[in-house]
Amino acid sequence: MASLPPSPFDRDRRNRRTMVAMAMVGLSMLGLGFASVPLYRIFCEQTGFGGTTQRAQAGVTVREATGHQLSIRFDSNVQPGMPWQFHPEHPTQTVTVGAKSMAIFVAKNMSDRPVTGSASFNVTPTQAGAYFTKIQCFCFTQQTLQPGQEVRMPVLYYVDPKILDDPDNRDTQEITLSYTFYPVERDGKAS
Amino acid sequence: MTTITADHYDDHAHDHHDADHKPAFFQRWFMSTNHKDIGTLYLIFAIFAGVVGGAISGLMRVELREPGIQYLQTWANFQHSLLGVEPATLDQAYHLWNALITAHGLIMVFFMVMPAIIGGFGNWFVPIMIGAPDMAFPRMNNISFWLLVPAFLLLLGSAFVPGGTGYGAGTGWTVYAPLSTSGSAGPAVDMAILSLHISGASSILGAINFITTILNMRAPGMTLHKMPLFVWSVLVTAFLLLLALPVLAAAITMLLTDRNFGTTFYDAAGGGDPELYQHLFWFFGHPEVYIMILPGFGIVSQIISTFSRKPVFGYLGMAYAMVAIGVVGFVVWAHHMFTTGMSVNVKMYFTAATMVIAVPTGVKIFSWIATIWGGSISYKTPMVWALGFIFLFTVGGVTGVVLANGGVDDVLHDTYYVVAHFHYVLSLGAVFALFAGFYYWFPKMSGKMYNEFLGHLHFWVFFIGVNLLFFPMHFLGLSGMPRRYPDYPEAFAKWNGVATHGYEIMALGVLIFFVNIFWSLIAGRKAEGNPWGEGATTLEWTLSSPPPFHQFETLPVIEETAHH
Repeated sequence: MASLPPSPFDRDRRNRRTMVAMAMVGLSMLGLGFASVPLYRIFCEQTGFGGTTQRAQAGVTVREATGHQLSIRFDSNVQPGMPWQFHPEHPTQTVTVGAKSMAIFVAKNMSDRPVTGSASFNVTPTQAGAYFTKIQCFCFTQQTLQPGQEVRMPVLYYVDPKILDDPDNRDTQEITLSYTFYPVERDGKAS
Repeated sequence: MTTITADHYDDHAHDHHDADHKPAFFQRWFMSTNHKDIGTLYLIFAIFAGVVGGAISGLMRVELREPGIQYLQTWANFQHSLLGVEPATLDQAYHLWNALITAHGLIMVFFMVMPAIIGGFGNWFVPIMIGAPDMAFPRMNNISFWLLVPAFLLLLGSAFVPGGTGYGAGTGWTVYAPLSTSGSAGPAVDMAILSLHISGASSILGAINFITTILNMRAPGMTLHKMPLFVWSVLVTAFLLLLALPVLAAAITMLLTDRNFGTTFYDAAGGGDPELYQHLFWFFGHPEVYIMILPGFGIVSQIISTFSRKPVFGYLGMAYAMVAIGVVGFVVWAHHMFTTGMSVNVKMYFTAATMVIAVPTGVKIFSWIATIWGGSISYKTPMVWALGFIFLFTVGGVTGVVLANGGVDDVLHDTYYVVAHFHYVLSLGAVFALFAGFYYWFPKMSGKMYNEFLGHLHFWVFFIGVNLLFFPMHFLGLSGMPRRYPDYPEAFAKWNGVATHGYEIMALGVLIFFVNIFWSLIAGRKAEGNPWGEGATTLEWTLSSPPPFHQFETLPVIEETAHH
C-alpha cells in the first residue's frame, strides 16, 4: 500500500520547510543559552540557590523572635591585588532566629588613590540562603574609599523563622555569611 | 516485519545506467556532494584523528607507568625547542600535561567518535537504509565535513601558542571558568574555543540535514515505524545535537567575551557566576555522551539482528527507548556537578533522574539478549564486536549507576573511578560499536571482504588490552587516585603499571586493524551485494558492493507483509 513518491518540486519545498523549522529550533536553543544568564540570576534570587541571600525592604515587620538561637559567622575577602583591608568587627554573633541583628564590617583603603569596590556575597550552608534576609547592606551599592580612609559598614539582617520548619536546615547550627570585595573599573561596569 | 522490493543493481549496472559515472578525483573528493563519498571522507578523517588522540593517550600512559616525572619534562623541552623558546620549567611541563589531557578529550569526542559514528556511518547508510538517493541537502553535507578540517587544525595549532602557564590549551575538555578565562592567558584557549564553535556548527548543519532527510526523503512505504533502528538512532541523535550544541555555543561564546572583551558572565567580580558555566556546559555535555553512544546502539541492533537471523526483539520498544534516553538525558546534567554544593533535595532529584535512564538502557540490553536468544547465530567479526559492546557497555553502565548516587559521588568525584566509568561506556562502548560497524559495513563500502582471522584477532587483542587498561582504574579510583595528574604516590604504582601494559596490548590490536584494512583493500575477496545472508534485511544489502555512485534512481517500495 505504498503511496506515490512526491514530485521533486514538492520534496524540495518540504525539505526547505523542515530545514527552516529545525534552524529555528537551533537558534532558539542558542537564545536560551544566552537567556540562561538572567534566568539563572533570577532563579538563584528566588530560591536562595547556591546560598543566595534574600533581601527585605527597610521597615519590614519581622515575625516575633522565636527564642531559637543560631550562630552567625562572618567571612571577608578581597580579590588578590585589591589594596583594601576588609574584616568584620566581630568574627561571630549569636542571634535569635527572627530578630533583627546588625553586624559591622570595617574596610580601609591602604593605597594612595581612591578605590571603588563592589562586594559579592553568599551564605553557607547554601540551603540557608532562602532564609537569610538582609534589610540593609553595603553590598547593595558600590563603595568608594579615599586614600587611607577607613569606614565601618553595617549589615542589617535577620534569619527568617521559617528556617525552623525546613527539614533541610534541621542541622543548621551556624550560618557563615561571606563577602568578597572586587575593584570596580571607573566606568562602573560591575553591578 | 516487512519485505523489500528494490532494484537489484548488479555489477553491470553502470553499463545500463548513468548511476556509476564518477567525477574526476579533485571534484569527487574535495567538492563532493555524494553522501557515500562524504561518509568515506568522514571515516578517513575520524581514523586519522583517532590515531592522533590515541597517540596522545599513549604519551600519558607512558608517563604514568611509574611514579615520578619520567618523560614529561623532556617532551615539554622538545615542545619549547620547536618553538625556539627557552627550556620548560617544571610548571610548564605540568601545563603540557594539562594540554595533553585536554587535547585527548576534545579530539576523541569531537574529531573521532562524532565524525565516525554520525558523519561516517550516518552519511553512508541513513540515506540507503530509508531508500533515498542522497541526503536532503548534499552541498550542506559538504560544508559540514569541510568545517571539521579547519576546526581540527585550530585545535592542533593551539598546542604551539601560549596558553597561560605554558603552551597549549590546558583547561580539560570541559573548559571550566575561571581556569579558562583568567587562568589561561594567551591565544591557545581562544583557538580551542573557536575550534569547538566550528565543529559545533558542522554538527548542527549535519543534524539539520539528517532530520530533514529522515523526515522527508523516505521511500514509499518506509514509515517511521519501519525504519531500521540505526536510522532511528541517528534521528534521535540529530535532535540531541540540535538542542544541545547551541547551548554549548552560547556558553563558550560568553567564555570568549569574558576572555577578550571584558564581560563578566562567569566572573564574580562583575556579578557573574563561574558555576553558571558548569550548568551550561553540562546541559550540553550530558546529551553529548548520548550523542556519542546512541548511533552505536543503532549499529549494534542491526548487527545483532543480522547475525542472529532474527528481527530485533521489541522493535518499537527499542526505538522509543532511544527517544526516552534522549529526553531524560536533558534533565540529569547536574550529576556532573554533585560537589559544587547542592542542597540534599537537588542531589536527590539528580540522583533519581540519572538512575531512571538505566530503565530504557536496560530495555535495550535485554532486547539485544532476547534477539540473540534462540537465534541462528554466526560469530562473524562484527557480531563478536557487538557482543563485546553489550558486555563492556553493561559494565560501564553499572559503574554509572554507582556514580549516579550523589553521596557516593562526593567520594569518587574526579577520581580514576570516573575515568574508568566513562572509558567503559565510550572507549569500550562507542569504540566497540564503531569497530563492529566498520567490519559490518566494510564489505559494503569497499566491495572487498575483510580478513575474518585478522578481525577476530583484532577483537581479542583489543578486548584484552582495553580491559587491562581500564579495569584497574576502578581500583585506583576507589583507593582515591585523582584524575588529571602526571604523578602519583608509590601506592598506586602496581595498577598504573598494569594499565600501561594494557595500553600496549590495545595499541597492538589497533595495528592489526590497520593491517586488516590494507590487506583487505589490496587482496581481499570481492564482496557480494549481501555477504551476510538472510539475516541482513536492510536496504543497503539489496545493492551491489560497493553501491553504485547514485543509488535508487527508481525508488524502492517497501511492502507490508502479514507475517514476521
